Amino acid sequence: MARVKVPRKSTHIDMTAMCDVAFLLLTFFILTAKPRTEDPVPVDVPGSSVEIPIPDDNTLMLTVGNGKVFFSVDGSDIRKATLEQMGEKYNVTFTPQEKATFASLPVFGVPMNQLQSFLKMDVDQRKEYKQPGIPKDTTNANELSDWIREARKANAALHSKPLYVTIKGDSKEEYPTIKTVITILTKQKNNKFALITTVRAATKK
Amino acid sequence: MAELDTSSGGGKKGGKVRTKKASTRVDLTAMVDLAFLLITFFMLTTTLAKPKALDVPMPDKDEKTNDQLPVAASRSMTLLLGANNKVEWFIGVPGESQPTTEGYGKDGLRKTLLEKGREIQQSTGKYMVVLIKPSDKSTYKNLVDALDEIRITAVQSYAIVDITEPELGLLKRDGNY
Repeated sequence: MARVKVPRKSTHIDMTAMCDVAFLLLTFFILTAKPRTEDPVPVDVPGSSVEIPIPDDNTLMLTVGNGKVFFSVDGSDIRKATLEQMGEKYNVTFTPQEKATFASLPVFGVPMNQLQSFLKMDVDQRKEYKQPGIPKDTTNANELSDWIREARKANAALHSKPLYVTIKGDSKEEYPTIKTVITILTKQKNNKFALITTVRAATKK
Repeated sequence: MAELDTSSGGGKKGGKVRTKKASTRVDLTAMVDLAFLLITFFMLTTTLAKPKALDVPMPDKDEKTNDQLPVAASRSMTLLLGANNKVEWFIGVPGESQPTTEGYGKDGLRKTLLEKGREIQQSTGKYMVVLIKPSDKSTYKNLVDALDEIRITAVQSYAIVDITEPELGLLKRDGNY
């Protein structure tokens, strides 16, 4: 018997629609993207039932973990101004190169006297380097307190609205460190701040 | 499908030599590949779950003036945050009433806050004041949990206060320090 020949169909698929969709999604992700900043110490944020997201900009974040405190503030212009003011205060002059590096640094935690050598490192070295955290105590004149104050001043001068201070702490962090940070904030009459949490999973415990 | 008719007219007018039109169909496979690669990259590098902020108001700490009104002990509840995720609470002055040890969460602290809040509201006609006193052995998570329960139970006034020596003694006695 003669076989019925099935006519072969073309294997060519029209990719136009798929391409459209792909680029649509790509555009969406590019526009909503906010690069993930790597935490200098592992931070496991505790959960809570709050559902107010932190604002996108105009925030100062203090990352607390392993007893160290790290400092980050949004906006490269604020970072640069803060560094300049801190330089004046501590009699350190920063080169334009160092200022530029600092302005692009999302988060840092080194004492003032090590800051210049920290800024001189290249990206990979900086990633490897174990940052000691910003020195802090409960007196009025300590580096962390000065950083926060200068950042608030810089923000007020540049954006004319108050800085939103947030604390991002590790779940396991013992209270004394948090207490020091809170004391520093209240001493500056910054009585309202926020603790960063994630949304708690529905089934817990 | 979006395809153009590219076949040359069928050679009706025999004389003219026509240049054969090239196909306008472009192979988009490579482009799609690239697009999806980039999508994957952006999906992995963005933070989709945005962190949430738990607002904490602190009492104004003016070291010079001390003009704050005392709160009646009958309607103040003190939470002592101890070690091992335990919280001790008592109403009023430390030492006068027996503190209760509890865990955080729905059946522990939340229930207590709701019950006591209601009781105090009924007996005194005023809202309950909660004082959170974290000890040095408590963790950041404990503080967040306590504040969260307070937010859930809608306690109107609360404050984070430093722990005192007799209260530390209570925690130590009950093995929560």
